Formats: sequence, structure tokens, C-alpha cells
Amino acid sequence: MGELRLMKGNEVIAEAAIRCGCDGYFGYPITPQSEVMETLMTLRPWESTGMVVLQAESEIASIHMVYGAAGAGKRVMTSSSSPGISLMAEGISYIAGSELPCVIVNVQRGGPGLGTIQPSQADYNQATKGGGHGDYSLLVLAPASVQEMHDFVILGFELAFKFRNPVMILADGVIGQLMEKVELIDQRPRWTNEQISEISGDWATIGKSKVRKKHVITSLEMDSNMMENNNLRLQAKYNKMKAEEVRYEEINCDDAEYIIVAFGSAARICQKTVQIARRKGVKLGLIRPITLFPFPEKIISGYASRVKGFLSVEFNAGQMVNDIRLAVNGKTRVEYFGRMGGIVPTPDEVEEALEQRFLKEDLCRY
Amino acid sequence: MTEEIIIAGFGGQGVLSMGKILAYSGVMQDQEVAWFPSYGPEMRGGTANVTVILSDERISSPILHEFDTAIILNQQSMNKFESRVKIGGTLLYDPNGILHHPTRKDITILRVEGARLAVEMGNPLTFNMIVLGAFLKAKPVIKLENVKKGLEKSLPERHHKLIPLNLAAIEIGQENLEVVHSV
Repeated sequence: MGELRLMKGNEVIAEAAIRCGCDGYFGYPITPQSEVMETLMTLRPWESTGMVVLQAESEIASIHMVYGAAGAGKRVMTSSSSPGISLMAEGISYIAGSELPCVIVNVQRGGPGLGTIQPSQADYNQATKGGGHGDYSLLVLAPASVQEMHDFVILGFELAFKFRNPVMILADGVIGQLMEKVELIDQRPRWTNEQISEISGDWATIGKSKVRKKHVITSLEMDSNMMENNNLRLQAKYNKMKAEEVRYEEINCDDAEYIIVAFGSAARICQKTVQIARRKGVKLGLIRPITLFPFPEKIISGYASRVKGFLSVEFNAGQMVNDIRLAVNGKTRVEYFGRMGGIVPTPDEVEEALEQRFLKEDLCRY
Repeated sequence: MTEEIIIAGFGGQGVLSMGKILAYSGVMQDQEVAWFPSYGPEMRGGTANVTVILSDERISSPILHEFDTAIILNQQSMNKFESRVKIGGTLLYDPNGILHHPTRKDITILRVEGARLAVEMGNPLTFNMIVLGAFLKAKPVIKLENVKKGLEKSLPERHHKLIPLNLAAIEIGQENLEVVHSV
């Protein structure tokens, strides 16, 4: 068993990055995730593992530093919160277009604009449907505990290199600021140049030998036929993610008549809602998508013909609810409940919403 | 066993660190713990509060509507959290600066004169540990030896010389818990 600690979600991002052998972090401070870089600066990994930690002059600079270092086959990452991620959108599109691996953490706060520093999930669409331009997808992981903040940094790098694609950890202010018990992995070494050459030698710009042709990392292709081929290759990759990497958690779904779908901290709140509802005799279950892209549409469509309704609970105006509706495809009712602007609902509030949207009407019908 | 606690007062009273010591003590006792603070501008001089959950089971929501115990250290927090104690639950407060005392009859109401006792101890900074002592007397959810281990874990090594002072403050809190109303 690894070392057990009590840590904040943000702090554990930094600790996990160092321990999994990350080569570099480039970022710019913003609440509610500033502890990520603060922790890295306190731990001074450049003295232990040789990991680079750099506060860039802006989020735009950070993401392009990630772009450059990722091109050299290094394991690099950045973190920010909603407005900062918007600034990074152009760079993220370029990284996806150039097919480079990296980890991007978004500890969401309320928007739009500068918004608020309180927790939110209003960047769901931005994370899963683009945000930057062009037909690209990030692989998006939604942690619901401090332990998952740790685990998903490690998993994030694995998936980023498996698919040569940026991975986003879509957290929010609750998980970032929450302190829980976490089991840390033991320190792993950073990759040596030889290992990088072995793992990424067929694409990374790590110095050209005389015997091979040069590697060019670019998203630019002026020939439309070639560019369509590039897009087809990307789409094939995203389909492979859909086939292989869907992750979710089911809680009390076996006998459920109603199912809440919620991710991240909203799913934590809804776990308690399930307990409250079950105590009242309502057969309520919970599906927690862990990957938001690829979305667990099959598991949801599987339940669609068995349950009386789905309730999507999100800290936004109703974004994931559209993906649930696509999965359900009209087979049953899909409703939404959420709060915006940094307001986090309590488990009781969610339970009331469930009663209002489903139970009262269903009782009237009988 | 699950104990859901809110600690609320002014920024600077040691609300967050009291919660942290409690959470660390829970870890030392092999419990599941969650510590969720109010953050941002709220922390700087305004009201500060932290939710601490100690449990033998996996903890679901760190955001709660009602609490088993509310530890209340200023009037604003009293106004906000008295109504959010579960029926049959416990409200512990320091009467210092409280104009409108709690009135509910369906909860246990306890008090400890933390601010006054801390001044008498000659160190106002012991205030939060006195209150923690009173809480542990009322709700012995954590063994004292684990609180000591929690202090060792949560305080940086250079502050370990302060642990005996903190433990003394906890003891004073335990000795000075007053019952106002009991259910």
C-alpha cells in the first residue's frame, strides 16, 4: 500500500504529477486551482526528479509551452480554471490537430466571462464538444474524489500516450478544495532519452539521425485531400476511444425506477440523494460518467427501456442532459436539475427536484 | 458511525485549522474523512466555515444541508447555521460576541467560553483548541491519543514544540463545557 495522506484535490494533482514521473508543468495561477502550482513550487521537484515547473506569463504561453515540450515526447501538463482554459482553447486545438499527448486540468469555476470563483460544471460542453476550432475531441476524465484526482493524473498520461491525444481532467472547485484521504503511488522515474526514443521515436522531435527522415509536428495541411485524411484518422482514433475507454460507475441501479446521471462533485452530492430517496421508498439509482468523452451512452440507453425517467444533475444550465437525451433517444423521460453561477445544491435540494419533476406527476397519473 | 460537522466563525479564528486537526485525527483512527472549506474572499476577514465529515463508511456528499453538530463562533454563523442542525443534534457555541443566543428546543445546546479561557491561558491563539476540547467532551468521536497524532501530522515539524500547549488547551475546553439545554 502506498503512502496515505490527507490532501486537497489541487495539492494531490501536483503530488501525483511528480510521483508519476511528469517532465514538466507550465501554468498560470487562477482560483480555485492555484494550489496546484503552489504545491509544485513548495515541493521543488526540479531538485529531486528534474521535473520543470514554470509559471508562464499567461495561460496562452503555458499551453504553447506544453505544445512544444509534448512535441519532444515529454510527459507534460498544465492546469487552470475556466477563463484560463478558454484562453488555452486555440493551443488545445493545435495540440489535438498535431496529435500530441498531454494532460490539461480544468478546476471549473462559474462563468461566463470572469464569472465567479465558486464551483461550477459549466465547461462540460467546452470540454466534450471542442472549445477550440475544428473536429477534435479530448479524452475527458471527471474525478469525483481526491483519490481520483491522483489516479487520473497517472491514467491521464497513460491514455494521452496511448492515443497521442490531449487528456482533460475536468474537475471543479469542490473537488479542488476538498480534503480527503488519498493513497499516493510510490515515486516513479522520469523517462530517460532512450525510453522516449523507444516509446515515441516514430513521431517525436528528439533529434534526427542520418538514417531516418525528419519528423514534422504540425496541424497545417494545405492539400484538402490530405487534410480530410488527417480528419478521418482523428475520427478513427476517437471511435477507438469510444470502443475501449468508456468508464462509469453505477450505484443502486439494479432495481431502480429512476436514475440520476451526474459527474464529478455533483455525483457525490447525488449519492446522498440516493440514500435520502431510498429511505423514503423511492427506487433511485445513480450513473456517474467517469469519462465524459467518450460518454457512457450504451449503459444509459440500456436502462432507458427499464426506468421511468432520468434526471441529469449538473452545476450548469443543462449541458450533459443533451448527451443523455441522445442516448435515451425518446425511450423515456429525461429531465434536468441544476444550479448555476457557483451555487452548489445540497442532496436534499436534488431530492426535492426529483419529486417535483417525476414523483408528484407520476402519483397523479395513477 | 458518521458524524457531520460544520465549524463556522470569523476568518482568523482558526476555524479551518481546527477542522483540519479533527480530520487528521479521524485519519489516525482509520476513518474516512472529508474536509470542505468555504474559500476565496470569504476566508479573508469575513465569515469562514468548514464542513468536516468523519465516517466508518465511504463518504458521499461533502455538501450538506443539515449537520449532526454545529460549532458556532460568531453571530453571523449562528444566524446561518442554528436552523441547519439536525433534530436531536448538537449546537456548541462560544457566547463571546453573541447577542442572539440559540433558541431551539429540539437540539442539545452547549457552550464553552473559549475566547475568555484562551485569554486566561495567556495565549488567545489557543482559542480553537479549547473549542475543539469542548466538542470532544460532548462528542467523543475521536480518541485523545489520535488527536495528538493528528496534531503531529497536521502541524509542521517546527511547530511541534507547541503540541503540549495545544493539548493543555484541549483539556481546558473539556473541563469547561457547559450544558445550556439537553434533549
